[in-house]
Amino acid sequence: MTTTNGDRPLVEVEHLAEFFPIHGGVLQRQVGEVKAVDDVSFTIRRGETLGLVGESGCGKTTVGRLLLRLLEPTDGTITFDGTDITGLSERDLKPFRRRMQIIFQDPFASLDPRAPIGASIEEGLRIHQIGTPAERRDQVARIMELVGLQPYHARRYPHEFSGGQRQRIGIARALVLEPELLVCDEPVSALDVSIQAQVLNLLRQLQRDLGLTYLFVAHNMGVVEHISDRVAVMYLGTMSEVAPAQEIYRFPLHPYTIALLSAVPVADPGARARQKRIILLGDVPSPVNPPSGCRFHTRCWLRKQLDNPTRCETERPPLRDLGPDHQVSCHFAEELVQVERREELIANAAAVSSARAVSDEEEIGPVELPPPDTGGIFDPAAPIGDDTPGHP
Amino acid sequence: MANRTGALEAPAAAAERRSASLWGDAFRRLLRNRLAVLGGLFVLLFIFVAIFGSFIAPYDYREQDLAAVVAAGGPVGPWVGPHILGTDNLGRDLLSRIMDGARISMIVALVVQAVVLFIGVPVGAAAAWFGGRLDTLLMRFTDIVYAFPDLLFIILLSTALRETVFGRALDGLLVVFVAIGLTAWVGMARLVRGQLLSLKETEFVEAARAIGVSDFKIVTRHLLPNASGPMIVAVTLGIPGAILAEATLAFIGLGAQEPRASWGKLVFDGQAFLRSEPHLVLFPALAVAIALISFTFLGDGLRDALDPKLKGKQ
Repeated sequence: MTTTNGDRPLVEVEHLAEFFPIHGGVLQRQVGEVKAVDDVSFTIRRGETLGLVGESGCGKTTVGRLLLRLLEPTDGTITFDGTDITGLSERDLKPFRRRMQIIFQDPFASLDPRAPIGASIEEGLRIHQIGTPAERRDQVARIMELVGLQPYHARRYPHEFSGGQRQRIGIARALVLEPELLVCDEPVSALDVSIQAQVLNLLRQLQRDLGLTYLFVAHNMGVVEHISDRVAVMYLGTMSEVAPAQEIYRFPLHPYTIALLSAVPVADPGARARQKRIILLGDVPSPVNPPSGCRFHTRCWLRKQLDNPTRCETERPPLRDLGPDHQVSCHFAEELVQVERREELIANAAAVSSARAVSDEEEIGPVELPPPDTGGIFDPAAPIGDDTPGHP
Repeated sequence: MANRTGALEAPAAAAERRSASLWGDAFRRLLRNRLAVLGGLFVLLFIFVAIFGSFIAPYDYREQDLAAVVAAGGPVGPWVGPHILGTDNLGRDLLSRIMDGARISMIVALVVQAVVLFIGVPVGAAAAWFGGRLDTLLMRFTDIVYAFPDLLFIILLSTALRETVFGRALDGLLVVFVAIGLTAWVGMARLVRGQLLSLKETEFVEAARAIGVSDFKIVTRHLLPNASGPMIVAVTLGIPGAILAEATLAFIGLGAQEPRASWGKLVFDGQAFLRSEPHLVLFPALAVAIALISFTFLGDGLRDALDPKLKGKQ
């Protein structure tokens, strides 16, 4: 794809924040706010797929909505192809609406049940006054074929289609305006596994053919690995780590990412036995009242092994460069760079996790956990904790 | 964008395709629903009678056949003599009066529901869509209108506007009908607000916003069609209410006045002779009942026709 600003990223997000007010009391005064997204910065390059992962409630969907200005950001700027779109009125935003589209998680809720799908797909062309009615119908038919739908289905209604077909309709609706950026908000989470692969392959093929740029929001690390060029990991409204996909799966540097990846199920039983799972303790804290300093410090296994440095509680770690194209927001990420030290720390954390898992499972009451630094008493390679209930 | 268009040049199907729309499909489905078609035909018949009743009625609605009343010693019964449905105590032909009454009753039904839709839908939609302060403001206003005594409001309005052009229209009846509508829209506003509040959170609304569809078009093209079912039912059920409200007002001197007739007024007038001459109540009441059933069948058919999920299940 040729564009005038070839070098510049398509999307630059700086210090983006979204706080949802909470109203309460008799007078409906604002009593607090949900810090859904708090100071997030990242870029999306032309033609790439940026995977955005994190647990539910971490703000990844909100980021996608903010990019498209479906939500008004509390703070920060979004620059699309060199233009700051944060302050634009809906009228000035309209040309940009054409260039960025979204496909949704729930293919049952994202289509107007009372509109024939042809009308739903065509709506964008009508709104932007593109072509004559006949040309629009041809374009709709072309797009429907492109995503693998029969053009004569245009007269049918959403309820007549299966989940996978509806997701294709949603993709067709987004693509009919020939956008450059496509925000995919968990596009396959609601689909059967067999259909997931079909839709993912379709998305990849469309990216190749049309030169699309994707922001791919998902909670499934496997799906993200399959489709992403780079991966961004979010935790509780903040960005933990951004790195190329292979890098982040091979050598993650943020303790949260390491824990997240250790929970990904592995199909090979041998590899599974060797997998060192780190089970995070407790729940994700509330975004209404998030922890001070590093958002992750309350559950961080690395911090525990470093004897709970106070810096994690007081100072917010910035997203900083650690290696080529690899950014991490952790004060102590250097501890994880050197391979031997890293293995030792991870092994210790996994040992603590397995010990806890055993005690939970057999209900033998509290067991004395080995001091984290000794290691070795529990063999982390032993398949003890692998049958843990609470599959990730 | 030109080079991007080229990439989308997938083989275009040559076949001419008719684009479908909800309303076109709904109309075709409505025509397949026999009860709805029957109801619609009756509604058309009533409207025809309302417009042309004075030309096709056997007698003038004011004309008194005093000889027949004297001969019968009171209201003439049905199916005796030239008066098919009999006469009232003043010797006026009942069929002609029912046909004349159709005019007022149909006008009240349509005017009141038009006012209800014209005010209730925008108020409810605006409250739901914009939310916040506007929602609070509009719904509190709705509560106030709801709490205000209907009859008092109608009396005040029709008295205040009596000497204006608007007040004189339709022998002073239009202002009364509009006043009935002005007290009745609150239910529609609440209904629309409730429906839209749940619909506006759905992802297809977000998809429309992402495309750049304006707020107004999102509400009118996506939200209201999805809320149309309950709205149609409310309108259908509101029609008999309006016809009976007019009758109540006629009773206290605000509705149709002598010698004019409306269905509600005929029922009220006939009550005095309920024991001896039940036909004076029976036939106007039957007219009201048939009109109501017709509107209900039509409304139900319309509601089902507008729901694509019911296709082929009628």
